Amino acid sequence: MVDLSRLYDVLVVGGGNAALCAAVTARQAGCSVLVLEHAPKPLRGGNSRHTRNMRTMHKAPTSVLTEAYLEDEYWDDLLRVTGGQTDERLARLTIRATADALPFMEACGVRFQPSLTGTLNLSRTNAFFLGGGKALVNAYYATAERLGIDILYDTEVTDLVLDDGFVREAVVTSKGFPERVRAKVVVASSGGFQANLEWLKQGWGPAAENFLIRGTPYAKGRVLRNLLDQGVASVGDPTQCHAVAIDGRAPKFDGGIVTRLDCVPFSIVVNRNGERFYDEGEDVWPKRYAIWGRLVAQQPDQVGYAIIDSRAERLFMPSVFPAIKSDTIEGLAEKLGLPPAKVAATVRAFNAACRPGPFDSSRLDGLRTEGITPPKTNWARDISVPPYIGYPLRPGITFTYLGVKVDENARVLMEDGRPTANLFASGEIMAGSILGKGYLAGFGMAIGTVFGRIAGREAAKHARN
Amino acid sequence: MRETESVQEARRAMDICNACRYCEGFCAVFPAMELRREFAAADLSYLANLCHNCRGCYYACQYAPPHEFGINLPATFARVRAETYEEYAWPKPLAGLFRRNGTIVSLAAALGMALALILTAAIQDPAVLYSPQHGPGAFYRIIPWWLMVTLAGGSFLFAVLALAMGFRNFWRDTGGRPDELTRGRPLALALHDILTLRNLGGGGGGCNDTGEHFSTLRRRFHHAMFYGFLLCFAATVTATFYDHFLGRVAPYPFLSLPVLLGTVGGIGMVAGCGGLIWLKVVQDQAPVARRLLGADYALLVLLLLTAATGLLLLALRGTGAMGVLLALHLGIVLSLFLVVPYSKMVHGVYRSAALLRHALERNPKPADHPTDRSAGSTA
Repeated sequence: MVDLSRLYDVLVVGGGNAALCAAVTARQAGCSVLVLEHAPKPLRGGNSRHTRNMRTMHKAPTSVLTEAYLEDEYWDDLLRVTGGQTDERLARLTIRATADALPFMEACGVRFQPSLTGTLNLSRTNAFFLGGGKALVNAYYATAERLGIDILYDTEVTDLVLDDGFVREAVVTSKGFPERVRAKVVVASSGGFQANLEWLKQGWGPAAENFLIRGTPYAKGRVLRNLLDQGVASVGDPTQCHAVAIDGRAPKFDGGIVTRLDCVPFSIVVNRNGERFYDEGEDVWPKRYAIWGRLVAQQPDQVGYAIIDSRAERLFMPSVFPAIKSDTIEGLAEKLGLPPAKVAATVRAFNAACRPGPFDSSRLDGLRTEGITPPKTNWARDISVPPYIGYPLRPGITFTYLGVKVDENARVLMEDGRPTANLFASGEIMAGSILGKGYLAGFGMAIGTVFGRIAGREAAKHARN
Repeated sequence: MRETESVQEARRAMDICNACRYCEGFCAVFPAMELRREFAAADLSYLANLCHNCRGCYYACQYAPPHEFGINLPATFARVRAETYEEYAWPKPLAGLFRRNGTIVSLAAALGMALALILTAAIQDPAVLYSPQHGPGAFYRIIPWWLMVTLAGGSFLFAVLALAMGFRNFWRDTGGRPDELTRGRPLALALHDILTLRNLGGGGGGCNDTGEHFSTLRRRFHHAMFYGFLLCFAATVTATFYDHFLGRVAPYPFLSLPVLLGTVGGIGMVAGCGGLIWLKVVQDQAPVARRLLGADYALLVLLLLTAATGLLLLALRGTGAMGVLLALHLGIVLSLFLVVPYSKMVHGVYRSAALLRHALERNPKPADHPTDRSAGSTA
């Protein structure tokens, strides 16, 4: 039984990868630790549950990583996706620390596997968790229990009472009952606000109502809001989020990886009015899916429809939802709820603009349209072999960029630049410091693991003083 | 394989799993799944029988209940497997025995025991039955040699025939050809997987035998039971050889090959079956198709009784209890042989066939290469 009246050394707010790395590290340093997870046990682990790998620096091949992936290349990759919206000192610190993270993870029971299908391009840079992120989360929870860390599920922190940069107590709702928790040090690892539609509307307007949230419904950003309201310094664009074009039939929350839809480069995408609006063949899908999330979000009703013919059906990973098929373009448009005549005209115009040439789905083949706007600059093969196939697309929100500002010891900073006395942060709640824009596969787990361990280490140091 | 609710549920799950693929490091099911985009009923029969029920995927699944996708592959595949046993059973009129299998197997075992005891008591002179029997032919003074051989041999040969026909039905239904069965390398790979239970390894760290935590207990108990069974079988074959070709008539001394093989094998079976029963009792029931547990328990208890009465017979063969124990033991062995083709035991046949199919898929002849292309995408 967890005794909430006692004074813990370290209180960890949140229950995902970053929270557990902090909790385990602090416990290993000899502290008493309490973890408060908003989700019930079966849904514990935040967005870590949906992850699959961690981008990891390494100087030589390891059991699961091929070749080498050095700091400068890693940094260049990050610089490219963020367009410079990052903090070089914190980023390089994170990158370097990933090299030492694997032994810690393995000691916590996390298991890795060689990357197999669909991800071969990542076998050099990313270490894959056997069984995925939920298996990783399970391993950390098992370790936490073994070490004697107290864990409360279904417990939401609503207020971290800050008094001149010092957290006095945490106001929580545990299984429906109000409680107050005291600890010498607090680590905030409670994620972003991507599951908070009201908050998303502040940046996106009513359009946010039609967004799908790819991850946990528990990332409401309550602690983030609470800290910012009390004068904690923020980083990252307060309105922006990482949005990916996903299957429009995905569940509102928690659809995760299976809702992805990789058919766009081999399709034409039309909006609700049956009109194309962007070059579908601009680049390979891993480099374009985030742009398409934004593009679809800007269309009427925040919806798009990818249309392919039967020749393209096997060029991409199978979708979890059935393909919508018809033997005619008009019939397909009807099934998709689109104006048939308009869609047929759009397809005719596209087909007329296609030029003969070799089609190669495995590379940028340069097969482009001529004479239409917008053009399609690769894989522009006419849509002419029935059955015709359609998929609805909607923006799927992965995470938000706004966060609290931290220093290299994961200590949270106030707006006036002073450090807080006993508050640290790790994971998505502070990731905006390092990843201010874009996304790099497996980097969220890198930040969470590295800063989780730093926060745990520093929290323990502080608690013992 | 026919379309059923279980098959449809398995198809729904596979469509989700095939878009996720996080579990592909656990066992053979997921690499086999990835070779397909659509799942015909026969494909699902193959995949369900390839599943060793290690439960690793259930605990790792981000879509397990209470997620609205509600994926529970171990339970789903267990239900499909049970239906495939019925589907491929031979002869067809006996397929219904799989429907309430726990009850059927238990009843058969009880009847076998009762019949053996009653007949022995009715036919045999009580003076012989209840008095210690010594020397060569002691067993046959209780139950005549010809009767033992006829019943045991007959039921055994029928079981082999029925299992072989089941194999044939499975092989045909899942698209196999007879000529594939003779390719050496796939056969060797499949045999390795069968004998080591490689797929009960959870990708290296063990299975979720009882719950969230990993262990290798189930694999080890199964090995004890399986190899124990083989040793007992070897003991019977050796004894038959002694009897027919060497003219040495049972019972044999403790330090003879048949008795040593049988003793070690019997202990293995008792430990293995006992362990497996214990695991079933203490395991987390969430990924379990509970309706089917009866069939599992019935067969395990029957195997346990077979071994336990055999060991008891060995221990007490010099006493007046030998006669009754011999009748009991042989009654149980007879029931076991009779129910084998209509019990959970058939899983060995279909699992082996599925492993062979998988080995063939992993090592296609140049002309058989799968045509599926999966474009790169990342988590």
